[in-house]
Amino acid sequence: MRRSLRFIFRGRVRELAAFDPSLTLLEWLREDMHATGTKEGCNEGDCGACTVVLARAEAGRIQYSPVNACILLLGQVDGAEILTIEDLAASGTLHPIQQAMVDQHASQCGFCTPGIVMSLFAAYHEAERPVTREALGDCLSGNLCRCTGYRPILDAATQALAGPADDAFSRATGVRYETLAALADSRDVVIGSEERFFAIPAKLETLTALTTTHPDATLIAGATDAGLWVTKKLADLPRIIALGRVHALREVVDSETALFLGASVTHAEALPYLARIDPDLETLMRRFASKQVRASGTVGGNIANGSPIGDLAPALIALGATLHLRQSDTDRDLPLEEFFIEYGKQDRAPGEIVTGLTIPRLAAHQHFRVFKISKRFDEDISAVLGAFCVSLEGRIITEARIAFGGMAGIPKRASAAEAALVGASLDTPHDWMAAIKALDADYQPISDMRASATYRARIARALIGKALTEIAGARSQTRITSRKTKEAAHGG
Amino acid sequence: MADDAPHDNVTLASVHQSVPHDSAIRHVTGSAPYIDDLPEPRGTLHIALGLAPVARGQLVELDLAAVRAKKGVIAVLTATDIPGKNDVSPSLGDEPMLVSDEISFHAQPVFVVIAETRKIARKAARRGRIEAIPEAPAIDVADALETGETVLPDYAFQRGDIEAAMRAAPQTLDGEIDIGGQEHFYLEGQIALAIPGEGVDMHIHSSTQHPSEVQHIVARVLGVPDHAVSVECRRMGGGFGGKESQASHWAAIAAVAARLTGRPCKLRLDRDDDFILTGKRHDMRTAYEVGFDDAGVIAALDMEHLVRCGYSADLSLGVVDRTMFHSDNAYYLPNAAIASRRLKTNTVSNTAFRGFGGPQGILAIENVIDAIARTTGRDPLDVRKANLYRTGRDITPYGMEVFDCETLPPLIERLEETSRYRERRAEIAEFNANSRIIKRGLALTPIKFGISFTLKHLNQAGALVHVYSDGSVMLNHGGTEMGQGLNTKVAQVVADEFGVPLARVKITATHTAKVPNTAPTAASSGSDLNAMAAKIAARTIRDRMAAEAARRFGVEPDEIRFAGGQVSAGSSIMPFNELAKTCFLERIALSSTGYYRTPNITWDRASKTGRPFFYFAYGAACSEVMIDTMTGEMKLVAVDILHDCGISLNPALDIGQIEGAFVQGLGWLTTEELVFSPDGRLRTHAPSTYKIPLASDIPEHFRVDLWDEPNREDAIYRSKAVGEPPLMHGVSTFSAIADAIHSVAPGHPVKLRAPATPEAILDALDLQRGHGQHRPGG
Repeated sequence: MRRSLRFIFRGRVRELAAFDPSLTLLEWLREDMHATGTKEGCNEGDCGACTVVLARAEAGRIQYSPVNACILLLGQVDGAEILTIEDLAASGTLHPIQQAMVDQHASQCGFCTPGIVMSLFAAYHEAERPVTREALGDCLSGNLCRCTGYRPILDAATQALAGPADDAFSRATGVRYETLAALADSRDVVIGSEERFFAIPAKLETLTALTTTHPDATLIAGATDAGLWVTKKLADLPRIIALGRVHALREVVDSETALFLGASVTHAEALPYLARIDPDLETLMRRFASKQVRASGTVGGNIANGSPIGDLAPALIALGATLHLRQSDTDRDLPLEEFFIEYGKQDRAPGEIVTGLTIPRLAAHQHFRVFKISKRFDEDISAVLGAFCVSLEGRIITEARIAFGGMAGIPKRASAAEAALVGASLDTPHDWMAAIKALDADYQPISDMRASATYRARIARALIGKALTEIAGARSQTRITSRKTKEAAHGG
Repeated sequence: MADDAPHDNVTLASVHQSVPHDSAIRHVTGSAPYIDDLPEPRGTLHIALGLAPVARGQLVELDLAAVRAKKGVIAVLTATDIPGKNDVSPSLGDEPMLVSDEISFHAQPVFVVIAETRKIARKAARRGRIEAIPEAPAIDVADALETGETVLPDYAFQRGDIEAAMRAAPQTLDGEIDIGGQEHFYLEGQIALAIPGEGVDMHIHSSTQHPSEVQHIVARVLGVPDHAVSVECRRMGGGFGGKESQASHWAAIAAVAARLTGRPCKLRLDRDDDFILTGKRHDMRTAYEVGFDDAGVIAALDMEHLVRCGYSADLSLGVVDRTMFHSDNAYYLPNAAIASRRLKTNTVSNTAFRGFGGPQGILAIENVIDAIARTTGRDPLDVRKANLYRTGRDITPYGMEVFDCETLPPLIERLEETSRYRERRAEIAEFNANSRIIKRGLALTPIKFGISFTLKHLNQAGALVHVYSDGSVMLNHGGTEMGQGLNTKVAQVVADEFGVPLARVKITATHTAKVPNTAPTAASSGSDLNAMAAKIAARTIRDRMAAEAARRFGVEPDEIRFAGGQVSAGSSIMPFNELAKTCFLERIALSSTGYYRTPNITWDRASKTGRPFFYFAYGAACSEVMIDTMTGEMKLVAVDILHDCGISLNPALDIGQIEGAFVQGLGWLTTEELVFSPDGRLRTHAPSTYKIPLASDIPEHFRVDLWDEPNREDAIYRSKAVGEPPLMHGVSTFSAIADAIHSVAPGHPVKLRAPATPEAILDALDLQRGHGQHRPGG
């Protein structure tokens, strides 16, 4: 067992044997290291001014991930190199991203600029760089700029991401990979005392032993929500167990019939696999939070957290996903929808952990649609999210699985509407009315800052109509952004 | 005017060039320090605030024992600890620094925690127990109309015989539009660092657009003369009006804390607190009646703005006046009555926000124009053109002649062509005829925006310029840098005055000890005022240097040229730095102040006469959108903008202002929705719930061109102010959304509230369909 945190900062390996478990990376950078290039804009992982890059040796290459330093706990950087804005022009010449930002007049007040540069720096080192406007928008979905209107930033990105990577980092890839690979050991890490610790187990047995001994410890995966308990609720989290290094929880098994995602697989890692199930799922994942949050946040965390909206949950419920849990050495499975009991309450015992999800692939006779309705297209929380999986025999619906987020205290199936659709014909919209009306029995939505109850109820009805209209084969456009084709999605 | 023409003997090398922002390299390398990045002086303490639990009520008990008991807490302050006056208002004395008895809005600051770290201070602040007897609050416009309370008297102006004109008009219409507010969301939140000096002196680092006002308010709460307080601001991480009056409160608290502890004190608001504690753009309900002929030409307009001002006056006098001044936008209203009520609510005090009330006025009148177009069946652009100010039809409702009214018509014509408005109008009609669920909409809307502070005394500026004996130049002026590039523009002007490369001019932090009694950097006037003052200061020094050069060369001073780092007359030449050295040795003063006041401004608010604006800035924008009639979702498809900056001082910076302002206006009118609960709590107090535009909200077709025509008034190098006017190009998107909604049941005015969220669009679609045949939308 290792008793210290190990990471690279400013080119040197650092070992920290003592730190406050709930210290954020941003606090460490700005207050302890006096590295003030990285800014605090919102302190909740939404504006991206604090974006830094974590580099890790993974699967034979260096993965550069943009993360929000404000809600990332320092303990989560184990095994990584922290790269901040100060590292980019260390040699005295501007990095190509920085030069392009200057050339295109892409900074005004400059406060968001370091975060934007770091997001683009991560993109600069991606295997498949974003070049289309859509991909660039996706790349910057976690960076707010209030001054420029983004056009010059997008132009700078286009300029800098055009050629092959050629910077101090790419030129030293070999030696940097070796250094990072050497950091990525598979030892269990526990730092601190029994009362206050940050644990980063590598083995599943260590994890379950820890959760059994400390059932009250805070389990974190990406900490994209737990981080806010610290920064906004000012919670003191004295005992933290991070799941990110447990090998068994990082597995992905993609077969002909189903996809298994380990609980600690990040949204970014899951995205290409989910995209192969259906193109709507890819679009949904691209609109899910931001690039930074998707790089940290995990599939298991999104479920275990029990959000009433939780974009992933309704989509996976409609697909018929199974959730896997483990307590001590006992495993159990349950249909995903049964995990959510009521607002703030899930079917998870203290010390029990979510280990993964199995998502069946769609059969030839099944059609899937998911629609997310929010005030802003990217990086917004749904007012309503509707997911539909419809089985057909010819033009007749034989089974429907429908789930909504934002319509109840939990992600919830529309059982009455599902039942009412069985036997309905795609060619007779009148047949759909019973299901649309049945929604009133399924949900009693509330009004909040995202939408009124009336709007939510209307949208749920409209989305059933929209899904069936599309599956039936609409003659004219049905969305403001077109549904990606299966082929395009497969290529992603 | 050609770019290379001499301007009073100046060779233009930097002016009119697209030089980068002076801090561009610092921005991209993270080496541009904002206040929270500065090294903290030894012993710096940190502040957090205790906030009122109700929106309206009487404070009865304050139990702060648990706050004081927390380890690391140094002191806790309440209203009774303030050494001077408990007032941080810009003018009327109606904003206490800390609540003493009456609570006026939810989360109003009640006590101050000073601790060793910010984290300790924030945690301790939550331990305070504030007991209050709650009273029923007035939260929105409807509530305030019921209580009838206002923060300032009602105000109106009128021209012509409105009643007779309305009666005589072939057609009349009345309507109402609800216009939402807007949070500034500057990326750098409010912050101040107060450092005690000797005696009663206090130095403040403040992220403020108005250092002089911060100075005066800090002096007021400390009970010391203005000369004991100095305020400094190198740069802000965005302002947008949100740091014009709103920065003072935090500086005042930090100063009192520093006075009482004798240690430097820093107050940086957490983002949620920043949302909850600082004012926003005024939201309002605007009602109108309009009379017009069958061609849509307006004969009379009667308009009233019912404005939510919040709990105090703040800047609502000027803001709502500007709403009124822009209720004509670009249109001649031969008979007009423009009225306003400044309603008092138990919400945070609404304040300056880019456009300063103007955008609401322009949105309202554009909504009227659209309604006329729907009623008469004419294309909205034709109705707009038919109503533009033209020679002979050029007097505003407030009596000012629009002396440059012939600028806009050709500008609109050009944009109509380059945006292919008419062709796209036909294409969209065809698309909509064949598309049941998705509808497209198009709109081309103009802007006329008055430049000058409508409070006359603010139209003045000072600058301080030094030439050092090595020929380097130090520049200081009263304006503040918030990202707009003001310092760059002023440096361009000064560099050309001395004929030296831009790099020779050092831009320094705005500092009340260098230039006193300054106006806020606001009203788009930063370059107009400060570049002129700096030019005058530089010219004073240059004249002295020219006299010395003339003496040496044996020529007349007016033969001396300053260009390319050289000073010359015919074949006589010497480097600028050598002349600087020579002047020093000859005991010639190389430092000067400069002072400028805007000419020709004569507005008198009481008599409602005179000229409020030095000139107008113009522009037009064309937006195309797509809406989903089943869900109300909207996508902006394309934008074309043509904007008038006079002869731009710096085209790259000006285009940046135009694009950024448009997108901010787009956010105001689409995704940015402020939601208060009935008990007065702001529900949208973080970026997770308040949505400003993202990169993916910007259409790939986003074209901005400059209208290259010199300012007819003698503004700095015939340029025009650019900070605020282009925000109102966002109105074109709102109008295009209304156009798409209109297509589901043509012939009736669209009733769409702002912001046009998916829910607002769906509600407007319902109303529209209700007018037409029953056409189920999906």
